[in-house]
Order: sequence, then structure tokens, then C-alpha cells
Amino acid sequence: MDQFVNAALAILLGVGGMLVYFYGTNFVLDTTLADRFAADGKLIHSNARSRERIRPWLFVGPAMLLLTFYLLYPAADTFRRSFYDARSENFVGLDNYEWAINSSGFQQSVQNNVLWLLVVPFASTGLGLLIAVLADRVRWEAAAKALIFMPMAISFVGAAIIWRFMYAYRAPGETQIGVMNAILVWFGGQPQTWITEPPLNNFMLMLILVWIQTGFAMVLLSAALKGVPEETIEAARIDGANEIQIFFRIMIPQIAGTLAVVMTTIVIVTLKVFDIVLVMTDGQYDTEVLGNYMYRWIFRNLDYGKASVIALSIMVATLPFMFWNVYRFRREEKLR
Amino acid sequence: MSTSQQPQTLAAPAPRAEVPRSSQLQFRITRFLGWFLVRATLIFICVLWTVPTFGLLISSLRDKDALAVSGWWESLQSTITQDQGRSGTAADQIEQEGRYIISGNLLPEGDRREISSFGLTATGFDDFAVGETATTNEGFEITVLEDGTYRLISMEPIPESFSRGQRITFQAETPPRLTLENYDEVINTEGLGDAFLNTATVTIPATIIPIAIAAFAAYAFSWMRFPGRLLLLSIVVGLIVVPLQLSLIPVLRVYNTLELRGTYPGIWLAHTGFGLPLAVFLLYNYISSLPRDLIESAQIDGASHFDIFIRLVVPLSVPALASFTIFQFLWVWNDLLVALVFLGTRPENQVLTSQLNDLVGSRGDNWEIMTASAFVSIAVPLLVFFALQRYFVRGMMAGSVKGG
Repeated sequence: MDQFVNAALAILLGVGGMLVYFYGTNFVLDTTLADRFAADGKLIHSNARSRERIRPWLFVGPAMLLLTFYLLYPAADTFRRSFYDARSENFVGLDNYEWAINSSGFQQSVQNNVLWLLVVPFASTGLGLLIAVLADRVRWEAAAKALIFMPMAISFVGAAIIWRFMYAYRAPGETQIGVMNAILVWFGGQPQTWITEPPLNNFMLMLILVWIQTGFAMVLLSAALKGVPEETIEAARIDGANEIQIFFRIMIPQIAGTLAVVMTTIVIVTLKVFDIVLVMTDGQYDTEVLGNYMYRWIFRNLDYGKASVIALSIMVATLPFMFWNVYRFRREEKLR
Repeated sequence: MSTSQQPQTLAAPAPRAEVPRSSQLQFRITRFLGWFLVRATLIFICVLWTVPTFGLLISSLRDKDALAVSGWWESLQSTITQDQGRSGTAADQIEQEGRYIISGNLLPEGDRREISSFGLTATGFDDFAVGETATTNEGFEITVLEDGTYRLISMEPIPESFSRGQRITFQAETPPRLTLENYDEVINTEGLGDAFLNTATVTIPATIIPIAIAAFAAYAFSWMRFPGRLLLLSIVVGLIVVPLQLSLIPVLRVYNTLELRGTYPGIWLAHTGFGLPLAVFLLYNYISSLPRDLIESAQIDGASHFDIFIRLVVPLSVPALASFTIFQFLWVWNDLLVALVFLGTRPENQVLTSQLNDLVGSRGDNWEIMTASAFVSIAVPLLVFFALQRYFVRGMMAGSVKGG
């Protein structure tokens, strides 16, 4: 009960404080810079222009302050710390970068991240596209799509536990309680330790992310496919194109933009993957990735310099997408 | 109009009759195969996608002993176990009509097992069916019934030397049973109940605060003129994909100095900061596309920007606000990294995801704990998903530029 009261109080305080800010500052602005009226109600001096010059900053102020403190300043500070030692006290030049290049843990993380990037975006997008195409042809489309999309609602930690259970291992001869091993044994195979056997285990972890992201790809691609004009497809059909030709020559080019958005989104999710690896293996058995490796260097090895280099290497990989987003945004703004 | 329709009506009667019968049959078969393959593949994928979550749900409702010895797909079958017990000793004998009887129950009180067979040797647990009579080395007759009751009968008084009783091995079936016991245990004993409240305490303000702040900013970017508008907006868009790993160390250092680490306001603000770029961008897209006339006529009527925002723009933006609310809510509810770094793992404010991660380490093989705990943590997101699917999908699609 105490916990409940505290929680309710905390929520009220947090939300209330913010509302007080917006109402309060606007009220202060409107009263201190109020228009002056003569006794007969005639306007003597209007402050409307100065008010409206200040008000935008009351509106964007909190957002800009938070962005500066939580994203802009840390980005610069992380860059600075990458040239300092473990406690960020002494300048060490490029030592941390040199360490990264020679560290087998870092190399393995980069290798695994690349492997994840080669598998997860393509597998999720491909499967999502297949399901979108298939679901378009049945009457129970909505139900099928809901089932595939459901894992998107589940946390990476929850998904990891769900799949740990799928991969559960019992010694040969015992009853298998994990679905994967039960199927394997049923077909006469030997039970596998799915998550401790490299290189197989890496793919078993990737499967979890594919399971989550396929629904996302499917929903976006399905919407895009429905946007392909019926007349174009009809015209191709009359010209004698078969279904496969229509798919690859008509539909794919038409949804290329959506395909790119889906792929890049999943690429960025994959680059930051952390929770799945932490819960499944904690980077053991050759499954380390940059996200988890950085966490290890902050909290277990307590070295901010090296952790900063790892964080920056994730950042560098996302830079092209950042520039692409800004470029697209500014182009659209010009068209407004 | 009529000229464009004419060729169509002329082309309509296709020369189907000229197609030979055999190839028409072939056409029908291919079409049926296609029809069938589409459905079979789709059903297969749907089953594949649902089985992991479904298995977790069923397992979390199973008896914990059954969970450890059989797969969840067998949860509607009885589980069979082997066990043994001992009969009473000479001291327990009762004389009845010239016979000496020791009776009792092999199963402890409250045991739900049903005995199917029994025996007198270590490996002989299915030598005799229940109700049959076995004879011991001493010449006593033993009968065991389904409910575990046994009777040991001797024609002579049982000697004092029969002091350890008779070993009886048996095979028992546990009838399938679905129970909420596992949930009771994780919520009350393992502390998942508190963690659930902690997660809610983190999530609700960490959803509302960024939306409010972002909505004000998005309005200013859309309908107010001020220097640096496009530059600031471009920075916001650029920040959308910045990995939050980049922020961890510097923010953590500041939090340690300000003693904000491990506090609710600390994590609310952190989630607000990390969620803002996307929130501003999405709400800007929506609010800036509202009709210009509407805003301008309100201005001519003398309304200030604050009034226009509160009275006009917020009510009109409900769909966009709802979509982002769902996206941010799920993002925070499901987050592990931000919670681990800025809230820590002390029990008084540990969130569900973080506690689940701890449980994997300490109770990873106790599947009754793991499955029920995992389901407690995913129940709310799943509920949101099924109840608000339309907004949910829209929110996820809108959030696509962020990438997790």
C-alpha cells in the first residue's frame, strides 16, 4: 500500500511540476508584458510583439535544454573521455583507440555486430515481405498479421526468456522440455545446447530479434503493397506477365522506398542490440556485441575511456543514417 | 465517356472455349495448388510465431513439478512419476477376525497423485496393478489401491522383527492441473509485485512528460517564427538515431554528483531526454500539417499562441498524441538499459525488466518462476497491443525512424 501511495505521489509530482511550468511561465509572461490600457479602456501600448518574441522560447526551451543535457553535451563529453584514462583523469592520447584495434573482445564484438547486421535486417525484411504478400490473399489477413506483429509488444528481456525456454536443454535420454530439443529428439537427433555452442548460438540469438522485427517489416510493407495501383498490375497481367514477374518487376520497384526505411530502421535496432545478449549469454561463448561490451566496460571493468571508444564506434555506424534522415527532412521542408 | 467504355465491353467475352480440356484441368490444379500453398505457408508461419509465447503462458500456469518433467505441449496429459514408500511396522498391526492387518496411505495428505501400479523391489514398480495382491518374502499379502491406501495382511501375528515395515515402490500419475500458484509465488515472494509498481511509477510520468514538452516544442516549430528554427529542427531530426550508449557515461557522472542516480525524477528526465527527438519530430509532422487558415483566423480573433495551442491544436492532435503515447509507453515499459544505468538494481525501485534479468542469473532453471515472471512483465504490453491495436500499429509505424 505504501508503495502504491508513493508511486501515485511521484507520478502526480512529476506530471504536475511540468504543467506548472508551462502554465506558470505563460502566465508570468502575459502579466509582466501585459498591454497597457487607459482608464476608459483604450489601448495605450501593446506589448504583443515582445510577448510573441519571447513565447517561442518558453515553448521550445524545455525540449532544447533536455536535448542539450541528455544528448548533445554527452556526445561531446564521450568524445573527450575517449582520449582519457579509466577515471577520465589523465590524457592518454589515442591509447584507447589503439587498445580497441588490438583487443580480441572488441574485434569479436565488431565481427558479431557485422554478422547480426548481415542476418537480422535481411531475414526480417524478407520474411515480413513474404508474409505481407501471403496475407494479402486470405480473408483472415487481420488475424494473421496480429499474430505476427504481437512480439513487437514484448520487451527484449521478455523475448529472451521466452526463447531461453524454447532452447531449454536436458541431457540425452531425459525428457526434453524445450520445444527445439523436443522436435530434434522426436526426429531421432541428439539434443543441442543451443546457446553455448558457437557459432550456432549467435544465430539462435539473432533468431529472437528476427522474431520481434518481422512483424514490424510486415506491417509497413503490407501498407506499401496495398498502395501499388491496381491498374499497373492489371496492365502487366494483360501484357502476359506472370505473378512472379509482377512481383519482382512491378511491386518491388514501387515499394523500394518503404523497403529502404524498413531496412535502415532494423539496421539501427540491430546495431544497438544489448538486452538479448545480456540475458541469454552475457556475451559469453563468443556472442559478445558492442552494446553489451560497452556495458561491461562501464560497470564491471570500470573504464570510461575504453567504454567511450566502444560507444563512439556504435555512433560512427549510425552516422550515415543520421545524415540521410536530416537530408530527407530538409528536402521535404523546402517543398512545404 | 461512352467511347472509353466500348472497347471494354467488346473485349469482355474472352475466347475461353478454345482452350483444350486437358490444359484447363491443369490450370485448375495449379490454381488450387497456389490457393493451398498460400494458406498452408501462412498458417505454418503464424503457428511458428505464436508457439513461443503460447508455450510460456501455458507453462506459467502449470504445476511446478509437472513443468520440470514434461514439455508444456503435454500439459493436458497426466505425468507419470516413480516413487516409493514404506508400510507401517509390527507396532501398527491390528487384529481383525483372526487376521493381523497393517494399513495406511503411501501418499502424504493432499497429494493429488493416482497410483497405477506397485511392486516390492526397487525396480519392480509396475509388477502389480492397483488392486492386485503381492506377497512379501515374509508371506504377508499386500494390496495397494489407486488413492495410495494399502493393506498388509498376515494370518499370524506379525513379529517384532518387522520393525522397518515393507518397502513399496509405485508408479503414480499426476492428473493435469492448471494453477495460479506460480503467479502467487512470483508476485508475493519473489517481489515481482513491487517491481510491477516500480515499472508503472517509472513509465507513466516518463510517457506523459516528454509528450507534453514535445507538443509545446512541435507547436512552436510549426506555427511560431523565431531565429534558428530550421537549424534547431534539423538537430532534433539528427538526434533521433543517436544511440543512447553515447550518453550513458557523461549523464551518469552528472547524476552521481547531483545524487539523481537511483531516483524516479532522474529516470523520468532521462527517458524524456532520450524520447524527445522522436516525439518532437512526429508531433511536428502532424501539427505543422494542420490547416493554416484555422490557426490564422484564431490569431485574428485575438487568441494568444498559448490559447491556440491548448484549445485548438491539442484537441485536433489527439490521434498523433495517442500514437506516440503508446510508442513511448511501450518503449519505457520494456526498457532495460536506461533502467539499469540510471535507476540501478536496489529492490526498492528496481523495475520488472531489471528484476527479470537478475532472476535469469539466480533462478534461471526454475521454469515455474521464470515463465510466470516473464508473463507478468509482458502482460501489460500485450493488453495494450490487443486493446489498442490500431493506435499501436500506427505508433510503431510512426516510430520507425527511431529504430528501437
